[in-house]
Amino acid sequence: MFDKWTYLDNAATTRLDERVLEAMKPYLFETYAVATSQFGYSMGIDAREALDTARGYLQGRLGAAEEEIVFTSGSTESSNMALKGVALALQKKKGKHIVVSKIEDFPVLNSAKALEMQGFSVSYLDVDKEGSIDLDKLRSVIREDTILVSVQHANQEIGTVQDIKAIAEICHERKALFHTDATHTFGRLPLDVTMVPADLITVAGHTMHGPRNVGALYIRKGTPLSKWMDGGYQEFNLRAGLEDIPGAVGFAKALELITPEETERLAEMRDRCIARCLNEVPHVTLNGSRTRRTPQNANITFHYVEGESITLHLDMRGFAVSTGSACFSRSLEASHVMLGIGGDHERAHGSIRFTFGRYNSMEEVDGVVDAIAEVVGDLRKISPLGKR
Amino acid sequence: MSKFPYSETVLEHFRHPHNVGKMEDPDGESVVGSPACGDMVAVYIKVNAETKVIENAMFESYGCASNIATGSIITDLAKGKTLDEAKKIDWKQASAALGGLPPIKAHCSVLAVDGLRMAIQNYEEKHGLVKEKVPTTVEEINKRLKYVFNPLTGLDLVRGKLVRDISLEDGHVKIVVDLPPDHIFANNIREEIDEKISHLWDIKSVEIQFIS
Repeated sequence: MFDKWTYLDNAATTRLDERVLEAMKPYLFETYAVATSQFGYSMGIDAREALDTARGYLQGRLGAAEEEIVFTSGSTESSNMALKGVALALQKKKGKHIVVSKIEDFPVLNSAKALEMQGFSVSYLDVDKEGSIDLDKLRSVIREDTILVSVQHANQEIGTVQDIKAIAEICHERKALFHTDATHTFGRLPLDVTMVPADLITVAGHTMHGPRNVGALYIRKGTPLSKWMDGGYQEFNLRAGLEDIPGAVGFAKALELITPEETERLAEMRDRCIARCLNEVPHVTLNGSRTRRTPQNANITFHYVEGESITLHLDMRGFAVSTGSACFSRSLEASHVMLGIGGDHERAHGSIRFTFGRYNSMEEVDGVVDAIAEVVGDLRKISPLGKR
Repeated sequence: MSKFPYSETVLEHFRHPHNVGKMEDPDGESVVGSPACGDMVAVYIKVNAETKVIENAMFESYGCASNIATGSIITDLAKGKTLDEAKKIDWKQASAALGGLPPIKAHCSVLAVDGLRMAIQNYEEKHGLVKEKVPTTVEEINKRLKYVFNPLTGLDLVRGKLVRDISLEDGHVKIVVDLPPDHIFANNIREEIDEKISHLWDIKSVEIQFIS
């Protein structure tokens, strides 16, 4: 029925780049020891050097200082570590109030909810219809006992980019720590801690054609953070557990392989996808912002039809996309992001997210738009909505 | 062959649904569900006035694959049956005719079954086949809760023993559900209960409490 699969769910995860795998291989088959101290054994010292080189590369890209990058098992762990680590460190010293935006991804949102169950108080910041938080509202919600504010750099579903520089500055002015989840921007949008005074930043390899289950947390020197997972003394005694050295090496390589030209190409695919859907398919709404948007994300609601029906029809034509529809999700809940930007359930159910990556082409963008126009047309013919 | 938890029959009905579209001049019709709950089905029937046999049935669907497939099969099953026979078609029969449906999608597909029943009821009301308006009873409410599913188990609230209490006083219904208020599907279940009860002619309010 179709010649090849077209994968357009690159915000979920990406295909590994072969060059990343090649960079990782020596640390799986040759220098496979743990990172030992300088008094350990040669293979372990070599392994440590590889880990430190990878760390150094991330450090450089973020403008970070020595010992400010801790490798983790991915963005979920990084965000858990940031929220729970700060909560544990400051609950007795400063307070138990945390601020997060309503449209955070689950690691931040559910860490906040878990802390709430343990007696912390959490303020969930509203966002406007494009997904941006209101800076004045942020200012007014930070209290004496606020220990941490966590607002994502960009949204996982609708791609809205927050003004994290302004947010970080407000937090510092009000003496609260600031964490940002940069899973969907790292490597694609500029992020330098000498410019943006964030205290904690979550980053991950799976969104950039790197290995999955490797991430890192940037921790500004002096940030109070308790170790939340007990074990050995790895990663400056902040993150216990065997270091994933091939993963760290692969993460650094993946980051290195991202070029501004490629990011520009993704933005062109995004723009073409959005423009064609808006111009050629009637009754559609762009979700998120036209301008403050990650280069790889397009998210459009096709009204009067349900997302799972669209994704299943697209699957039969060889396209993989995702939807905010309740029927598609594991929880059977409509997307909290779509509801958070003031969308109703109908807007969430009909929303389709296209996220582009290195292995996509403009022909594939045209292919998916042609297919979706046809699928949506067919489904609307049998829909009772939009005719009454 | 299919990678989805859908049978080949479900996928076939999803790809090429039968009896699709808005019927001109139907004898009975219904719209059940709402865009808010994620699924909506309209069912239309053409009935022989003499024999009370359903001569044609059509549907429209705003919903997922199981919703569309059930609309397709239910209209197939209804055609040629008398109203009384068609009323008895239940979700189990529809599901069996489709080669099985995933339990988690029960609520999406039961909607089409409800749609057919409501279209028949609509026909009966229009043609004076319904007796006096019957006052709602606790038993009637309990019966309707059999159409509200816990998506986690695929069981309805009654079979899943989740209805702790139903009280009805002067048109005010109070239902106590044996699930924690922060249950992952509390809101969905609340919406569905409300949808099944609140429109009844003598019901003034529906209060739903979650307790565990």
